[in-house]
Amino acid sequence: MNLARVVGRVVATPKDAGLKGAKILMIQPLDSGLRPRGSILLAADATGSGAGEVVLYVHGREAAYAFLPDVVPTDAGIIGVVDEIHVEPSKPGLS
Amino acid sequence: MYLARIVGTVVATRKDDRLEGCKLLLVQPLDEKGGPEGKCAVAVDTVQAGSGDVVLVVTGSSARMTSRTKDSPVDAAIVGIIDTVAVDGARSWGPAVAERAP
Repeated sequence: MNLARVVGRVVATPKDAGLKGAKILMIQPLDSGLRPRGSILLAADATGSGAGEVVLYVHGREAAYAFLPDVVPTDAGIIGVVDEIHVEPSKPGLS
Repeated sequence: MYLARIVGTVVATRKDDRLEGCKLLLVQPLDEKGGPEGKCAVAVDTVQAGSGDVVLVVTGSSARMTSRTKDSPVDAAIVGIIDTVAVDGARSWGPAVAERAP
């Protein structure tokens, strides 16, 4: 699982039946200091998150488990909205 | 999942039986502004996408989760055709936005 910020949203009318009703958000992965890290990606939202929020997302086939029993063909899913993050200052090497 | 533009088609006569009848398209990944980013890939089309369309591509084992690609040896599938992309603090873009422009 990783941290990301919700930066946008995409709308796709023709889509696979499994994605019907799914909210697809554009997210920017973040490092532990909440700085952008890497490229943006698109994730199906399982938590009702919205613009600007810091979220927890899961990547890979496991992302689809957030939507069970529906079969949603997604490789990224938002599975939590982050309230707080504490990073211990004495731990170098975190990125 | 990532955004991509259809930039070509791939034809393969000799292929795995489970790929029979599958349309293979060449996709160029895009960044949030619609510019090209990264390398092209080949993806199975499940939504009748065509040349120039901006699409939603799912990768890895999740690509096998559509009805069209179930149990097929694929690692990338096109699962949606994009109407609009709305990025916070920037102008929306996409085919549905262009149609409304004067």
